[in-house]
Amino acid sequence: MARLTLRVVALGYLGALLVVPVAVVFYRTFENGLGAVWDSVTTPAAISAFWLTLEVALIAVPLNAIFGVLAALALVRGRFPGKRLFDALIDLPFAVSPIVVGLALLLVWGVDGWFGGLGVQVIFSVPGIVLATIFVSLPFVAREVAPVLREIGDEQEQAAATLGANGWQTFRRVTLPAIRWGLVYGVVLATARAIGEFGAVSVVSGKIAGETETLTLLVEKRFQNFDLAGAYAASALLAAIALVTLAAMTILNRRREEST
Amino acid sequence: MIQVHNVTKRFGDFVALDDVSIDVPDGSLTALLGPSGSGKSTLLRVIAGLEQPDHGEVEVGGEAATHLPAQKRDVGFVFQHYAAFKHMTVRDNVAFGLTIRKRPKDHVKSKVDELLELVGLAGFQNRYPAQLSGGQRQRMALARALAIEPRVLLLDEPFGALDANVRADLRAWLRRLHDEVHVTTVLVTHDQEEAMEVAGNLVVLRDGRVEQTGSPRDVYDHPANDFVMGFIGPVSRLDGALVRPHDLLLSDEPVDGAEEAMVARVVHLGFEVRVELVRTGGEEVVAQLTKAEADTLELRDGAIVWLRSPLPRDPGVGVVGKTRDAVG
Ligand SMILES: Nc1ncnc2c1ncn2[C@@H]1O[C@H](COP(=O)(O)OP(=O)(O)O)[C@@H](O)[C@H]1O
Ligand SMILES: [Mg+2]
Repeated sequence: MARLTLRVVALGYLGALLVVPVAVVFYRTFENGLGAVWDSVTTPAAISAFWLTLEVALIAVPLNAIFGVLAALALVRGRFPGKRLFDALIDLPFAVSPIVVGLALLLVWGVDGWFGGLGVQVIFSVPGIVLATIFVSLPFVAREVAPVLREIGDEQEQAAATLGANGWQTFRRVTLPAIRWGLVYGVVLATARAIGEFGAVSVVSGKIAGETETLTLLVEKRFQNFDLAGAYAASALLAAIALVTLAAMTILNRRREEST
Repeated sequence: MIQVHNVTKRFGDFVALDDVSIDVPDGSLTALLGPSGSGKSTLLRVIAGLEQPDHGEVEVGGEAATHLPAQKRDVGFVFQHYAAFKHMTVRDNVAFGLTIRKRPKDHVKSKVDELLELVGLAGFQNRYPAQLSGGQRQRMALARALAIEPRVLLLDEPFGALDANVRADLRAWLRRLHDEVHVTTVLVTHDQEEAMEVAGNLVVLRDGRVEQTGSPRDVYDHPANDFVMGFIGPVSRLDGALVRPHDLLLSDEPVDGAEEAMVARVVHLGFEVRVELVRTGGEEVVAQLTKAEADTLELRDGAIVWLRSPLPRDPGVGVVGKTRDAVG
């Protein structure tokens, strides 16, 4: 009986706070028929926002994947002074509010900032959005890969070394295959974060329609302009991407459990 | 041939190897024997290049190896927990060293098949390590190490994770394998029986130092000190000196140099009989007899017998005399 109550409470909580709002977004989106939705997600601004979001993710996520694997290797296998500090720093993006990240980038790269005089247009353009996105999605891969590395230990790598493999060959043939599911899982999480980021991007992008407007920024703009149908349509697109990510994670998790 | 000269290895303040020198003759099977924590694995890893010594030199096959990384040393290393490449089939595991060396495909295939035949895993080519038993995994690891035709084979407690039956089988199997392949082999173990059974040479370690080296028989018959004597076989203590229980002499009538003792318990272990004695001072001593000897003495609990410790077998270096001196 107690267990049943607990289950009902848990499901009710999830339902009220998560499922209902997302469902309502989809409901409101398709309320006026498919044609209206199609029209509002195929405006030039929407298409440009979609591609920009994709482009930013495609730059930020691979860079973070490489950094994440290197950072995990350094954390788990390395011995160097300041390792504890490095470990803590990786979590900084989880701790700092995205809006603060945006402001910090502005201070560093803005016209009056430290690197403002370099003549590179970072703020109010795509590089700024990429930087902000890299920052907020940085910890995921390292945090997923590090425990896997710790668990597999270093004996397989030592065995590879005694068999004649150099550092790169050992990584390619032994370490990478062993961490692959952790890596993929981290990449999926980082991608979801990169696509959904709003706060940091909103500070540095300048929100120029058709140029520096990402999907999340488009949703906000339409909402502010009382274009509710348009906002719901763009939201539905973002939510759909999120649901695909969730499905991918569930499948990958099962694969990961099977492979260990 | 492996030569280790004056190697010292520290972990922080802890001295894991303290000025260790050993020679491993070509084609031999040498056991590094010692209690847990005595530095056996560290020594083996220094030989393999997996650990860098703080002082001293290592030579493998007559070539200075101290500054060679593990990948250039041509040593086969087998780990206690197999270190199998889990995501590779048995074939790819064994082929690993050869593919790294870019050997032609057909050569690799025939070499792998030949090795799997040798270690009794023919037909297991397409399995994954998870589909093998512990003993099979370890034989696969051995084949993988042998594939690169290493100059020396280093085994770190290779049977340590297996149950007693499999262990005994694999020991005998390793002995035969060594007779067949003749590669210079160093086996790390904390089990004196395993070392005596398999190895032709023993190196006894304690606290990072070499206590004694020699053939199993040498070390058993002429242990360098009480520690080696106690570690390598059963011992009884008589007036502070260590003797082997089977060296104690019992008789049912007074003899020269013998003392009275009372039989407290007789334990029949098949061919061997263990007699627990109490001396007049109350000190307890264990003697070991053959069944025939025990039968002639007609030993019963509470009987009085005469107990004599053996003469030094090798006057001058005799164990009893020497340890007596040492103890006082
Ligand atoms: N990487 C290491 N860091 C710190 N201490 C170590 C390390 N490796 C071994 N030791 C220490 O050195 C001693 C000898 O270890 P080891 O060579 O593994 O002993 P054995 O194999 O004889 O049991 C042990 O006390 C162990 O704790
Ligand atoms: Mg060990």
